[in-house]
Amino acid sequence: MIKVLKSGFYTSVQDRGRKGFGSIGVPISGVMDSYSANIANSVLKNSLENAVLEITFGGCEFEFTNETIICISGANFSAKINNEPITLNSRIKVNINDVLSFGKIVFGVRCYLAVKGGFLTNSVLKSRSFYQNITEDFLIKKDDLLPIESYISDLRPLNAAVIIDELHFVSNKIGCYKGPEFDLLDEFQKKEIETHIFTISNDNNRMGCRLNEIVENKIPSILTSAVIPGTVQLTPSGKLIILMRDCQVTGGYPRVLQLTDSAINQMAQKTTNNLVKFILYD
Amino acid sequence: MVLNLGFKHTYKAFGNKTILIEWSSIIDEVILEEILLFKEKIKKEKRNSIIDFIVGYNSLTLIYEKEVLNYFDEVSNLELIYKKDLKLLVKGKFLWEIPVCYDLEFGIDLEEVSSKSKISIEQIINLHSEKTYSVFFIGFLPGFLYLGGLDSKLFFDRRPTPRLNVEKGSVAIGGSQTGVYPSKSAGGWNIIGKTPLIFFDVKKDKPCFANAGDKIKFKPISLEEFYELARNNNFTPFKLLLND
Repeated sequence: MIKVLKSGFYTSVQDRGRKGFGSIGVPISGVMDSYSANIANSVLKNSLENAVLEITFGGCEFEFTNETIICISGANFSAKINNEPITLNSRIKVNINDVLSFGKIVFGVRCYLAVKGGFLTNSVLKSRSFYQNITEDFLIKKDDLLPIESYISDLRPLNAAVIIDELHFVSNKIGCYKGPEFDLLDEFQKKEIETHIFTISNDNNRMGCRLNEIVENKIPSILTSAVIPGTVQLTPSGKLIILMRDCQVTGGYPRVLQLTDSAINQMAQKTTNNLVKFILYD
Repeated sequence: MVLNLGFKHTYKAFGNKTILIEWSSIIDEVILEEILLFKEKIKKEKRNSIIDFIVGYNSLTLIYEKEVLNYFDEVSNLELIYKKDLKLLVKGKFLWEIPVCYDLEFGIDLEEVSSKSKISIEQIINLHSEKTYSVFFIGFLPGFLYLGGLDSKLFFDRRPTPRLNVEKGSVAIGGSQTGVYPSKSAGGWNIIGKTPLIFFDVKKDKPCFANAGDKIKFKPISLEEFYELARNNNFTPFKLLLND
């Protein structure tokens, strides 16, 4: 087990999400930054399907009641075991009673804690991803016991860390395709969307991310239709919303852009006041 | 029923893993039939490569497991499936009777709707409960049914400021739509009643009893009946198999 000593700002169990329940209105969910979560699982030779802990801005503290191996990837929140700094993207052996904590935010917004064999919290509708009204909890709480397997091995920690492309965290270029309603935009609107640098508002979470700047908009709403993570909607007020992993399955605002998979992962590492520039692919 | 109804439809790439198929931008039950039929055909032919199907009023969205490498080939492939005369096991469609208590205790916006629309509360209840609604699709929240068929006399603006907490089971009208909130959520529709029925339960094999294409009828019940049914929080709604 892993005992939660401090729950942190926003920490949840996530895997690759719920597939196949869109027709009853169930969001996909899953890790916000699958690039980083996949690295964490891969370093431990886990299946990519294994559930990890998604930690937003750090602030949490855990005690291990099992021996195991862990890996932390993604954002750097100065992770420590028993107050000794540990390296990201590498295998770390932990012992019974070891305490994992986080400190100063160095870069990024979300980090992933993987354990050998994955987190074994309940699976609901074929996924362990937390989501309000689907799973019992949508955040971990102080004193929760998160089930994991014991892993006793002489596997030595890796000496070398995986090299991560820094652009994943710092680039403000967000690759995207035209969305289904892109062609409803007039030339002026298209140009604004393609050339503007947008600012992420404080209204950003696992569901979506609203941008501050306004693209004057007279396009009417559409008949409610599917939306997916990475869909960019233009609202009647002229504000753009980038939908993220916990987004609803349907929506009624024009879908003007669709982020690439890697752009969704990059967005997961951005927060309030960060800048984004859309790079449109054909 | 295996024939296509032959409505014009178009294909659009929606990212690199998703294809959107759209029909005319109208809310029409015949188009819904065509969308559901096409969905079943695609399901039968391409079960493994598509992980999710999302129906909208005039759209069918196919979410593929992997990147669609050749979009144009895939579209021709789908169009061949559309034209195929497949024998399908069309699933039975049901009419679900949903008990609703329109008592003022739950129908917290009834008086306001009545005074603004000059329709008596009794008449609002009659107009709302005598219609049979069609389930077009499920979205917004898990188990939230998009229903078509509201009497135009009940078309009534949404509230200027949405409520932050609409109770689970609230039955509401907004614009030309009506629906039931399957869980506690924010919502801007006018609340006219409440059902004790659970619209979404992950513990059940079928978390949501209804499917797109089913019909819904609201049956007025008293406060006593509401509490009686609510005590037995696992009751299944009365259903009637509809002939195809």
